[in-house]
Amino acid sequence: MVNYQARLDRTFAALVDPTRRAILARLERAGSATVSELASPFAIKLPAIMKHLDVLDEAGLIARSKAGRTVTVRLSPEPMREAMAWLRRYERFWSASLDRLAAYAKSREAAARAKEAAVKAAKGRSSNRD
Amino acid sequence: MTSLTPPATRLTPPATSLTLVRRIAARPSIVFDALTTPEGISCWWGPDDGPVLIAEANARVGGHFRVRFRQLDGSEHESSGQYLEVRKPERLVMTWRWLGGEEDPGESRVEVDLRPIPEGTELTFTHSALSSEEARLSHEQGWSGALDKLIRQFQKLTGDRLS
Repeated sequence: MVNYQARLDRTFAALVDPTRRAILARLERAGSATVSELASPFAIKLPAIMKHLDVLDEAGLIARSKAGRTVTVRLSPEPMREAMAWLRRYERFWSASLDRLAAYAKSREAAARAKEAAVKAAKGRSSNRD
Repeated sequence: MTSLTPPATRLTPPATSLTLVRRIAARPSIVFDALTTPEGISCWWGPDDGPVLIAEANARVGGHFRVRFRQLDGSEHESSGQYLEVRKPERLVMTWRWLGGEEDPGESRVEVDLRPIPEGTELTFTHSALSSEEARLSHEQGWSGALDKLIRQFQKLTGDRLS
């Protein structure tokens, strides 16, 4: 549990920085990128980018691999994956259920209106007789 | 270069939540009854046209619900929980837990808000995973939404440690 908390703290600490979030967002779109590709949109030097990547790496949010002189970075969102799986599972369940709920409630509304109309008509008839 | 080592133990999901909105052609009281009565629940609960096998609902604060359904693939699932807030016809809050719970072992929380609109009811539905009662995040799907929520969650958890 202590390890889990420590890991969670690292993850959140990694995510709280806007530059690191931008890096993650870019990796999400592109799948993977080299370090220099990642650095290019930012007005900061490569060593600063490397520091950000170290933080993301320690948090388990990215993985780096080296081929020759090129370091490729890809998203490794293990800490996020469970949350996304959770969301998808409930999205499927509730989206379909609520559609069915909407259809059911609509039919109940129609029944209620028919009943109300019948009551009103009956009242109308009885007041006509008065 | 370091690389990611998958965690040895299964982590509980970071707190997160799902929100869905539906506009329904029925008045709020009818929608509320559909949500909270066994007859109503039997008619819509579940992700496909498989049958609801058990529907129990005692919709008062502290009361419980239990629903078991069979999907078209033959699998059966059961969830139960306790009503935390019951305000007919506008708001319903309940805890949620799957029986067995292999896929989602923890307790989560369901909130439903019903708002009258000209064509009937606007239903806002939120299902939240809980890391603690306070530790909840709001809706949206997708990476950036989830990232933003993790940030907010983190700020909530750590409070002034960050500032």
